[in-house]
Amino acid sequence: MAGIPHDHYEPNSKGEKWLHSRLPIVGLMYDTLMLPTPKNLNWMWIWGIVLVFTLVLQIITGIVLVMHYVPHVDMAFNSVEHIMRNVNGGHMIRYFHMNGASLFFVAVYAHIFRSLYYGSYKSPREVTWIVGMLMYVLMMGTAFMGYVLPWGQMSFHGTAVITGLFGAIPFIGESVQIWLLGTPNGSIAQPALNRFFSLHYLLPFILLGLTIVHVWAFHTTGNNNPTGVEVRRTSKEDAAKDTLPFWPYFVIKDLFALAIILAVFVAVVGFMPNYLGHPDNYIPANPLVTPSHIVPEWYFLPFYAILRAFDQEVWLVIAVNWITFGIIDAKFFGVIAMFGAIVVMALAPWLDTSTVRSGRYRPMFKWWFWVFAANFMLLMWVGARPAEGIYPYIALIGSTYWFAYFLVILPLLGVIEKPDTPPATIEDDFNAHYAPKADGAKPVASPAE
Amino acid sequence: MFRKFTLTAVAALALTVGQATAAEVEVEIIDYAFPFEGPFGSYDQMQLQRGLQVYTEICAACHGLEIVNFRNLSDEGGPALPEDQMRAYAEFYEVFDETLFDGEGDFRTATPADFFPSSSLSNAPDLSLMAKARAGFHGPYGTGISQFVNGMGGAEYIASLMTGYHEEPECALEGEPMDGFYNAAFAAGGFPESCIDEDGKHMVPGSWIAMSQPLWGDDVEYADGHSAELEDVAQDVAAFLMWTAEPKLVARKEAGLTGVLFLTVLSVLLYLTNKRLWAPHKNKD
Repeated sequence: MAGIPHDHYEPNSKGEKWLHSRLPIVGLMYDTLMLPTPKNLNWMWIWGIVLVFTLVLQIITGIVLVMHYVPHVDMAFNSVEHIMRNVNGGHMIRYFHMNGASLFFVAVYAHIFRSLYYGSYKSPREVTWIVGMLMYVLMMGTAFMGYVLPWGQMSFHGTAVITGLFGAIPFIGESVQIWLLGTPNGSIAQPALNRFFSLHYLLPFILLGLTIVHVWAFHTTGNNNPTGVEVRRTSKEDAAKDTLPFWPYFVIKDLFALAIILAVFVAVVGFMPNYLGHPDNYIPANPLVTPSHIVPEWYFLPFYAILRAFDQEVWLVIAVNWITFGIIDAKFFGVIAMFGAIVVMALAPWLDTSTVRSGRYRPMFKWWFWVFAANFMLLMWVGARPAEGIYPYIALIGSTYWFAYFLVILPLLGVIEKPDTPPATIEDDFNAHYAPKADGAKPVASPAE
Repeated sequence: MFRKFTLTAVAALALTVGQATAAEVEVEIIDYAFPFEGPFGSYDQMQLQRGLQVYTEICAACHGLEIVNFRNLSDEGGPALPEDQMRAYAEFYEVFDETLFDGEGDFRTATPADFFPSSSLSNAPDLSLMAKARAGFHGPYGTGISQFVNGMGGAEYIASLMTGYHEEPECALEGEPMDGFYNAAFAAGGFPESCIDEDGKHMVPGSWIAMSQPLWGDDVEYADGHSAELEDVAQDVAAFLMWTAEPKLVARKEAGLTGVLFLTVLSVLLYLTNKRLWAPHKNKD
């Protein structure tokens, strides 16, 4: 793809020409910042900036925390308390980092659901989507390992549950679990803490690298937009009618949104920093005492619900167990379902058969999508509930819908749905909201969808 | 004194993947109104000093505060003892110093840089972080809305535990005598079979705790003449333990408020900038 036609950087002065012929870095920055961006983007297109900001925030606060943290099973817990009590500003840095993880996931879920609604994952943006899914999985791994570092009760027993998932793999599971934990008997001890600390420091920088790949990919295809209609590439003039440069129009818009989101974030950090955490993690890890209620952080709950939904009473689990001669038992089935939930989401570009990209022009899809979004919240709630009474049934229904959405509904809708006609150009869509002053009357602006 | 009683279900969940069993334990947490709740709340210095007195005269017999330094007692936003009083308080304790006596170690008088002693009983938990390590309750229905509105509830939990000792319920007298003491706020203790009905539900809130009732009212005599009823000493020591768990609470809320105000002003400025920037393209100039 040739990219959207626009003006490129021209070195003017002698110095600029000298540098440009040796390292075209100014040109790269110019083209990145002046990228033609569809001018009808709505407020759901701000989450990318929030995510970049949060990644940088986490890396900076994290680097400072590492200066005071001690990755030792006997000292980790108290070193975190040392940060909270004796390091200058340490309590704020630590609370920012701790709640930063939640901000990260709020933003990434909004970002993902925006893509799912407006069909941003569809051709030609599959690579952007796949790289994004990879980043999401890395984020979850990083967040989990970070939660282990304070070496509290939830850190320890959460590690037991999560590494236990790998132990459920038939034949090799036990070896994998031992390899992950680094102790010959598979106990959770110093080797586990050391490697989680090492990886928790490494993975964010891989995320940073993938961020560049992610941005590179969608800068090649151009942004999607609420209509799903592509920017006209027939000429520079046509493209200019559909777009505005990223700087300053979208930078300022995104910064405005970021400031509001950060105001809420700072209120959470300042006034209720432990609200999203679990009290048990303020108890030092004790292998001999298992907390009465092991619950993952809120952002893992939907997948935790899917993990637990498929118990040995579900007929599908019984059938699979029978067909595979017991190799795939209920425990392993749950693990497959949990990882499978992310895999089917990553395959959305090839499962969605609709010719129309944006959900705005898909009357049937809209309903299924909003049920999907509500179902996600339902799974999050049921993931924190004990697996008894009605809750396992709710989890099972929710999990089934998750898979049905990607494997049945998206492929079928493209065939049976009669989509509305999107506007011919982005310019038409924009002008429908902000009418041109052709008749001299003051146009009334309505907010974009 | 307190606003309302709240009943909550603490779900005890034993987790094995795919298989889970659970038992619901109701506990009775009283929603005490503490001065440090809400965005503008801060510690009441006098209450923290009273709580320190209760801790010193009663709790410290068995429990420890091993991550709190004596010097912290003079910190601003905390009990803020005058330095000479704090030093005198530290000298009241003896600590083991392994550098003394040619490396064999010996006891010496504590200095402000030393930590409070650890628990002297093996089954008495350290109290430094207790107010953050216990949630009042996660309700309703696990949503945590109550915590959102009323704060985490660790201090409420401690005060409720102190006032939660009651006569053993009648159902408990039918079966084997229980070890420990009945407490309506304690979830994690033993529970008699005779108090569980046919549906597996507990007929009374709470459970049996190993600790005997530590506070009865008028346990201490406050120098400032403040009332020392059970409700008062329970809240004072709970407030003190909230401070030991979160000594920077006041500084944090001030930083939060400054941050929110700054970002609000910044948002308004960016809104106006954005509006003006886009106006020509939205045909509104």
